[in-house]
Amino acid sequence: MTEDTIAAVATALGEGSIAVVRVSGPEAVERIAPLFRSKTDLREAKTHTVNYGWIVDPADGAVVDEVLVTVMKGPRSFTAEDVVEISTHGGIVAVQSVLELVLRSGVRMAEPGEFTKRAFLNGRIDLAQAEAVIDLIRSKSNRAFQVARRQSEGALSKKIVPLRRQLIELLAHVEVNIDYPEHDVAEMTASAITETCGKVLEAVRGLLKTAAEGKILREGIVTAIVGRPNAGKSSLLNALAQDNKAIVTDIPGTTRDIVEESVSLSGIPLRLLDTAGIRETSDVVERIGVERSRGALNEADLILLVLNHNEPLHEDERRLLEELEGRPVIVVVNKIDLPGRLELDEVRSRFEAERIVEISAKEGTGIEALERAVSKLFFGGSIESEDLTYVSNARHISLLHGAAKSLQDAMGAAEEGIPIDLIQIDIAAAWEQLGEIVGDSVGESLLDQIFSQFCLGK
Amino acid sequence: MSYHAGDYDVIVIGAGHAGCEAALAAARMGCETLLLTINLDMVAFMPCNPSVGGPAKGHVVREIDALGGEMGRNIDKTFIQMRMLNTGKGPAVHALRAQADKFLYQHTMKETIEKQERLTLRQGMAEELIVEDGACRGVITKTGAEYRAKAVVLTTGTYLRGKVIMGELMYESGPNNQQPSVKLSENLRSLGLELVRFKTGTPPRVHQDTIDFSKTEIQPGDDKPKYFSFETEYSDLANQQIPCWLTYTSEETHKIINDNLHRAPMFSGAIEGTGPRYCPSIEDKIVRFADKPKHQIFLEPEGRNTKEYYVQGLSTSMPEDVQLRILRSIPGLEKVEMMRTGYAIEYDAVVPTQLWPSLETKLIPYLFTAGQINGTSGYEEAAGQGIMAGINAARKVKGEEPVIIDRSAGYIGVMIDDLVTKGTNEPYRLLTSRAEYRLLLRHDNADLRLTPLGYEIGLIPEERYRKFLDKKNRVEAEIARLRETKFKPDEEVQAMLASLESAPLQNTVDGVTLLRRPELSYADLEKLSPSPVELTEDMKEQVEIQIKYTGYIEKQLQQVEKLSKMEKKRIPEDIDYGIIHGLATEAKQKLDKVRPLSIGQASRISGVTPADLSILLVHLEHYNRVTAAARG
Repeated sequence: MTEDTIAAVATALGEGSIAVVRVSGPEAVERIAPLFRSKTDLREAKTHTVNYGWIVDPADGAVVDEVLVTVMKGPRSFTAEDVVEISTHGGIVAVQSVLELVLRSGVRMAEPGEFTKRAFLNGRIDLAQAEAVIDLIRSKSNRAFQVARRQSEGALSKKIVPLRRQLIELLAHVEVNIDYPEHDVAEMTASAITETCGKVLEAVRGLLKTAAEGKILREGIVTAIVGRPNAGKSSLLNALAQDNKAIVTDIPGTTRDIVEESVSLSGIPLRLLDTAGIRETSDVVERIGVERSRGALNEADLILLVLNHNEPLHEDERRLLEELEGRPVIVVVNKIDLPGRLELDEVRSRFEAERIVEISAKEGTGIEALERAVSKLFFGGSIESEDLTYVSNARHISLLHGAAKSLQDAMGAAEEGIPIDLIQIDIAAAWEQLGEIVGDSVGESLLDQIFSQFCLGK
Repeated sequence: MSYHAGDYDVIVIGAGHAGCEAALAAARMGCETLLLTINLDMVAFMPCNPSVGGPAKGHVVREIDALGGEMGRNIDKTFIQMRMLNTGKGPAVHALRAQADKFLYQHTMKETIEKQERLTLRQGMAEELIVEDGACRGVITKTGAEYRAKAVVLTTGTYLRGKVIMGELMYESGPNNQQPSVKLSENLRSLGLELVRFKTGTPPRVHQDTIDFSKTEIQPGDDKPKYFSFETEYSDLANQQIPCWLTYTSEETHKIINDNLHRAPMFSGAIEGTGPRYCPSIEDKIVRFADKPKHQIFLEPEGRNTKEYYVQGLSTSMPEDVQLRILRSIPGLEKVEMMRTGYAIEYDAVVPTQLWPSLETKLIPYLFTAGQINGTSGYEEAAGQGIMAGINAARKVKGEEPVIIDRSAGYIGVMIDDLVTKGTNEPYRLLTSRAEYRLLLRHDNADLRLTPLGYEIGLIPEERYRKFLDKKNRVEAEIARLRETKFKPDEEVQAMLASLESAPLQNTVDGVTLLRRPELSYADLEKLSPSPVELTEDMKEQVEIQIKYTGYIEKQLQQVEKLSKMEKKRIPEDIDYGIIHGLATEAKQKLDKVRPLSIGQASRISGVTPADLSILLVHLEHYNRVTAAARG
């Protein structure tokens, strides 16, 4: 059975460590070799060897990262297929850039759990493990689904949706011309195709440019900071921001008029929700209060619950503690420089010790402990350690490149006078690739569009 | 009281477009076959538009012909107009459409059936299926005749519990005032089949002598028509074509309809069945697209020896008096006489996800269904399923594996896969946009796609097959020759290129490269380097298409190749989805209902995610290894 070649990041997210991009399939070596500059040509590298060199963008020869590349020919590999592993420097940018190049070279993004699935199907994993393999696929897919759903409401999706709209209207028009040739619908012309495709192409290129600058696509762990007004949320925010001089992004939210900021916590990007709400003056905060935080809570990957060491638990806080049980929460006990009036025992009865961090935002103490706790929470196993958010960004970039190429092909074909039903193939490909970013599937919706856009019948 | 009326291999119930193909296929494959119809005068009747073909539908007719079916030959013998549509577009969507002499069409088909060996045509109303040990073994008619068979094909069209609706008037009826089939519908329900209620409609017919054609635009046929059947080389009918005519609704038309919407059953709630979006009634069009100032109306003759005209674009279930006023508000029809009133018809259909891709019902083995009973609309869609149901019923009787046409091999395959995998919530019509490999499913290459299969199953006679192979070989040889033939940038070549406004040659190139230039046709190349063996126009066309569109064709072939391993990965028919650990509940339910035969088919079920497919694959592998281990 011939399979296609797949890739994914095989290690957890985090700076300072090494990240591995794993590629598996019959074309693994062939696809990666052109990206790898080294004294050994990867095609000639012996199996089970580690090769030193650089990953370069074959388009312009630019060096992306210094890497070690391991070649393992099947069947003596994890998946029993040819496997190439690229060890890059840790951190988001390097691994994402490498993965993006790999995907652009014609390798498909692996589905959740696909390496393990292939290992099993190829007989590398014992029969007794079938159930465990299924559980892994299910849990990874569920997580990926949640991420995808969140992203479908994200800034990138909001920009993609109107582009797809333009393409589907164009497609519906082309299809009507084909399927209802005698209907009084104007024939689609090459110039109209070129015009629409040109507009969409320009927008896609714009997105790619912003992506390259890391403004839109670099999303991190969605984090909500919650707590009562006087607990010290804003001073925690300031401490985090100060600790990382650079605030990476400042995206005005599109749905809820909430400002988001990103900070990097030991290499882990946190996307902080509702920082505006936190920074507003206290009387306003009082008004917005818990109600507003609640919205953020539902979206968050990580919840930082800030409690005031200097005050007893408030009724609101008790309710929150109860509600947040079982969620990815870290309880931040702030103001430990002040006398303790907080019922810490009660908090401890609900949360494990490693989920409770004591800090003084004012004095800047305990921030490292918070970093360790976040790191532990995300890489210690209690949450899926593979951060699909940032991995899928590389996928998004490669899909945007693919869509751009299809649009160019369509425009080129229109110019050459190729018939519209053939140009349609490229337009549909662009529409589908953009659809993969927003998570829409192709199919019936084109027909729906045709029949809602045009009056047809006999 | 019933009596034993005969024993057959296959019984086909219903002699519409699906039933005729099913019965002919079964008989030609060697089965003793009975074709039962409510009314012998209605064999292959066209209750709606008098035309065959068009995009996707015409492709299906070509496919039926390539498999050895009848529809293509029959329309070639009975057309009054032939027109190739979409000629300004790519070769994949060129689509032949014929206007039929609907009476001649019927009579010609009836004659073919009457002459067919092993095929018995009989009038009778089937009321009850004979089911023994869970398998369908025959049928009992209203007159008590008990026909026994090894397999039964149901092609009941719009007759099952048919109900005609015109304005406030409503009565039980099949199409065109035929008797409806009520008991059979009840019988199917009691046997456990799930039925749905669908609706379709037809426009009024008018008298030719009361039409003022001067106010309409003429729509003639092609001077040199092509034909549907690969066997038809020439027809005298080409010189005796009759035009259609085009007019439009007026402001007055829209006003009459809007003023009478309260009498329209579509809006008063009298119609419960779901109608097709692509075939809306005129009242529907005017309500949904209120901004559109006028709608096209085509006037189509119903035959050579009749004055009846079909008013295409005016399908309606308005009351009779309103229909007449609507007609007379249309330019050219001011004084028109209405001969038949338009109507809507509701009928029962089988939920098609209850079928295997062979069109056999999962619930009752040896029972097949085809055509409108499976939720489709259109003569061609019906005939396409009919031939497949006939083939598979015959094969089942002979103990052979069913034949299933892949989505990449034919529109018939696309249609059946859509029906049995996704079902349909409205009468299903084929559109070229339903095919993901449109470029591979061309009008011109239906024989290359399906004639070898037709031959293999015994529907294509030896002589026709030899002819087909000869065509195929000549085309391949000519492509190979052009690949080897070099064209130098000499005076002759450059002059020809200049005359076609194509850039001059820089280097010597082969014929294939040269022909890929958009400005050049095979006819141009032929002048420079004629083929040493004789080629027909069809063969030349094939050479040109295969060379010109190689790039796009290759791309689609690669996609087919990529997905083919999913299609080949079989799922056992008796798999128990309930016990598969990790499968999402929705996926379990959907998979259990559709019972896909391959992972490829499973992937097309809505609600089955890639994760579910992965889990299913892991489960199958586990199952296979365990079974292998058990076998030792």
